Amino acid sequence: MENIYLAIPLSCLIGSIIAGLFGKFIGRSGAHMVAILGVGIAFVLSLVVFKDVIFDGNTFNGSVYRWLESGGIPLEIGFLIDQLSAMMMVVVTFVSLMVHIYTIGYMKDDPGYQRFFSYIALFTFAMLMLVMSNNFLQLFFGWEAVGLVSYLLIGFWFKRKTAIRANLKAFLVNRVGDFGFLLGIAAVYAYFGTLDYGGVFGIASQFKDTTINIMPGVDWNLITVIGILLFIGAMGKSAQVPLHVWLPDSMEGPTPISALIHAATMVTAGVFMVARMSPLYELSETALSVIIIIGASTALFMALIGMVQNDVKRVIAYSTLSQLGYMMVALGASAYAAGIFHLMTHAFFKALLFLAAGSVIIAMHHEQDMRKMGGLMRYMPITGVTAWIGTLALIGFPGFAGFFSKDAIIEAAHFSNIPGSDFAYFAVMSAVFVTSFYSFRLLFMTFHGKPRMDQHTKDHLKESPWVVVLPLIFLAIPSIFIGFFYFEPMLFNDFFGSSIAVAKEHDVLKEFALEYSHIGGRGAFIAHSVETLPFWLAIAGFLLAGLFYLKKPEIPTMLQQRLRLPYMILMKKYYFDEAYEFVFARGARKMGQIFWKLGDATIIDGWIVNGTARAIGWFSAFIRHIQSGYVYHYAFAMIIGVFLLITFFIKLR
Amino acid sequence: MFSEHILSWVIWLPIVGGILVLLVAGKDRQAPLARIMSLVISLLTFVASIPLYTRFDNSIATMQYEQNLAWIDAFNIRYHIGIDGISLLLVILTTFTTIIVVIASWQVIKKKVAQFMAAFLIMEGLMIGAFSSLDAILFYAFWEALLIPMFLIIGIWGGPKRVYAAIKFFLYTFIGSVLMLVAFLYLYYQAGQTFELSAFYNLKLDLSTQTLIFFAFFAAFAVKVPMWPVHTWLPDAHVEAPTGGSVILAAIMLKLGAYGFLRFSLPITPLASQEWAWLMIALSLVAVVYIALVALVQQDMKKLIAYSSIAHMGFVTLGIFIFNVQGIEGGIIQMVSHGFISGALFLCVGVLYERMHSRQIKDYGGVANTMPVFAAFMMLFAMANAGLPGTSGFVGEFLVIVGAFKVNIWYAVLLATILVFGAAYTLWMYKRTIFGEVANDKVAALKDINPREALFLGILALAVLILGLWPYPFLDVMHVSVENLLQHVAAAKAP
Repeated sequence: MENIYLAIPLSCLIGSIIAGLFGKFIGRSGAHMVAILGVGIAFVLSLVVFKDVIFDGNTFNGSVYRWLESGGIPLEIGFLIDQLSAMMMVVVTFVSLMVHIYTIGYMKDDPGYQRFFSYIALFTFAMLMLVMSNNFLQLFFGWEAVGLVSYLLIGFWFKRKTAIRANLKAFLVNRVGDFGFLLGIAAVYAYFGTLDYGGVFGIASQFKDTTINIMPGVDWNLITVIGILLFIGAMGKSAQVPLHVWLPDSMEGPTPISALIHAATMVTAGVFMVARMSPLYELSETALSVIIIIGASTALFMALIGMVQNDVKRVIAYSTLSQLGYMMVALGASAYAAGIFHLMTHAFFKALLFLAAGSVIIAMHHEQDMRKMGGLMRYMPITGVTAWIGTLALIGFPGFAGFFSKDAIIEAAHFSNIPGSDFAYFAVMSAVFVTSFYSFRLLFMTFHGKPRMDQHTKDHLKESPWVVVLPLIFLAIPSIFIGFFYFEPMLFNDFFGSSIAVAKEHDVLKEFALEYSHIGGRGAFIAHSVETLPFWLAIAGFLLAGLFYLKKPEIPTMLQQRLRLPYMILMKKYYFDEAYEFVFARGARKMGQIFWKLGDATIIDGWIVNGTARAIGWFSAFIRHIQSGYVYHYAFAMIIGVFLLITFFIKLR
Repeated sequence: MFSEHILSWVIWLPIVGGILVLLVAGKDRQAPLARIMSLVISLLTFVASIPLYTRFDNSIATMQYEQNLAWIDAFNIRYHIGIDGISLLLVILTTFTTIIVVIASWQVIKKKVAQFMAAFLIMEGLMIGAFSSLDAILFYAFWEALLIPMFLIIGIWGGPKRVYAAIKFFLYTFIGSVLMLVAFLYLYYQAGQTFELSAFYNLKLDLSTQTLIFFAFFAAFAVKVPMWPVHTWLPDAHVEAPTGGSVILAAIMLKLGAYGFLRFSLPITPLASQEWAWLMIALSLVAVVYIALVALVQQDMKKLIAYSSIAHMGFVTLGIFIFNVQGIEGGIIQMVSHGFISGALFLCVGVLYERMHSRQIKDYGGVANTMPVFAAFMMLFAMANAGLPGTSGFVGEFLVIVGAFKVNIWYAVLLATILVFGAAYTLWMYKRTIFGEVANDKVAALKDINPREALFLGILALAVLILGLWPYPFLDVMHVSVENLLQHVAAAKAP
């Protein structure tokens, strides 16, 4: 099996290298063939591994090579293949494969075709290394590598000013998160003396009461500090408030990568990381509390912004932010399994929504403003139907994938006793309504109602080619069914085994299981949902969106004018960008200018360096007077000197 | 004969070779011959230096490849050389980088080719001599002799303000070195009229004496590193130096300062080093944060990289003065890595400068459109400079941050800001020069790199990746020497 594990990431890497370095020689079709072949192999082998782990119960933990050794502590590159990583591998390679196929259609006229395939194959490699890692260091390697590819892909159209602005922003905001993440890893290394998951988790409970001295008189719990530092990394990568600002801008990248990287896989790395670290987080309620509050704020406040966006991709981007918040809420409530379950269902339906939006964008000749769309259902029925499926999954319509995972999160927040869980429960519940509203708003503005595009565009509207449509269909299938099949095993039947640890007093899923057993089975659970609040909130969102955007389109316009202030706040995204630009970007440049002009140029060079030179100049000018050239002057000086020396020796001896 | 005196060969081959180039191909019309001779000599030197690594015994802490001959009997000055795990990598870095510089200067330098190449070859030998001297005066001789070729390189082949920069460079470093010489003379008498380093190590001086010596050394080494606030010569020197000069300056010469701390300050004045560690750490942290912000606002690409160098060297000096294995090993790896990365970035600027005759960021924009291969290389080096894992830039920074965390969480916090700042200044520069629409006609007319340029950038790219993906063999040779040094320092404190 070891060879199979190794072959999974490497096949993607080889595909990437060939497409990247030899793209010119093998041509466009050669490039997509090798990249798809690589990812295809990875997907099939991941299925083999999945079967081996889940059904045959084999897990693996071993190293590939020793990266470095310092002070007797070895750091290694290695794999941990257990239930959690096996599931992630399947999700990553499947979505990646779909996106690879889709790209053939989406990027067909782009001059950077080979480069694009090289990047997304490289991304798949990096993401696999991240999820397959058995230690913190390799996790960070993968973490940064996916960040790099994200940077390269957001700026893929490097001529566009907005794109290269967005990618720099994405990289830097992520780096702020990584700043915390790396410090967290350093803390683990300094105190635990190893970066191996097994080693760290094995002795973590011994450090439960260890404190570190932050400043004289202030001691913080070690595990809490580590937990929060690592979570800062997750806030960057998984775009949690207040480090979320990069994700909406990342929509400047081509749509396939919005689906793959900025919805389905990379941005969920933070969720995966926290779940992976569950043995650590279970030891610190403070850290869990931070996670649940940040997650809940993201879930609600980002969803609200989604209600006013007009760019089709941005609506989905804010939806992604909000859903990532949901996952974080689950993690904070110690319902790691629910968080990962939602990660999986979300990967399918959100990738589907993005790719459907991409299909619309192709048909609209790269127009993304929903105000210029409408009535597209007639022209592109497959895209329309799959978008409906994605939407129903997203809003948690009973029976669809998102229904099960989202309900689990709401219940988890409900049962949790962590400080902040009441707020979280309120936030995820209200966000159900908001989610439903913006999702149907998107559907209605795009696929229904009166067409608002110009005549030329309208004449050329047609369904996208099969390479685009096929992935939509393949993603629609799990978006409907995956929740139904994995709901019970993942949440109640110990699917994750020892890969996730939950302390007894935090086990909210157990309480949910108890409630669920009273209802009796999945069918009854679906039927039962009609009597619950989330269902009616979703229906309310649907009806309101229908009223606003199908029946009476004048209402939104009127509301915009009536509710100017809240509308502006949402349009301006709570002014995060402006504040950051002012405080950090401008502040740093200002400081740099001061240090440079005042510190380096004026004080050090001006006063000290050149000042010394001047002082020496004055001094020599003075000395020059003494050097008169008359012998008797020198003789006199010598006599005085001899006198002084004699006095000196007599006095001292 | 070769195998016993490998180190001497590596020192004197380039020096004698350099003189030979001057004698044989000194005239301008013989430039092609001068180039080929220099390349052959630098390659031979590199090949000669490989056995230093392959035959190195990494299980012992003593000096290896030692040679100890009388030089000036009257003062008991000896030609005593040898290397350990601390100097080994720096010697090989020197022989490696010189080849790159010779290739990089192939067509760029048109006037006085033989003189230019000879200066680099002689400098190579002198630098290796400094890295392997075990006699204080021998070290001093190599150290000071080094200034002359570098002074000439900046002063003759440099930019418009070359004379100011050359003199500033010379005076700054010379004044520091004089104090070091005074310290050596004092130690000579204390140690019983010998300049042997091992004799200096065994002296048991009291703290106040050590403090004086420590600061005398500090004056010499801090200027070379350079540490804040004695760093202002470096940006000027880099801006005026020709590309090859900048590469050697950044890749190797700065390392002499940090090497001096390891070879002289720590073992000779262990008590003072620990007493004043707070100051060294403070200056290093200022370098990391203050200089990073200064780098952010630079308009000249070379200046930006120069400031970035100072910030990265802050990691080295901090790593040395936290007295743990991770810190020192991280510092040494950081030196090697910085040699590759800053060298590569200066070469990238050189590639652009030859085509556009400008180093100002505002004159560029959209270079990726006309030079895609170059853009890819520069992306790699920019990311390495930003410390991306998988590149060499990450290894040293990671180890130093980890080592610092063991000492004080706030050191680590301040160091880790480089994750943000390093990425900010490097990638912002990249964005403004390489990305975007073609900015002007000059950019539109740019030609992508030629095979010669691809060769040296490619070699450096490999070096950056290999050190980043598998640093194990690089660190493996230094463990015992570093442990030994740390034990020596710790023993001084014990009663």
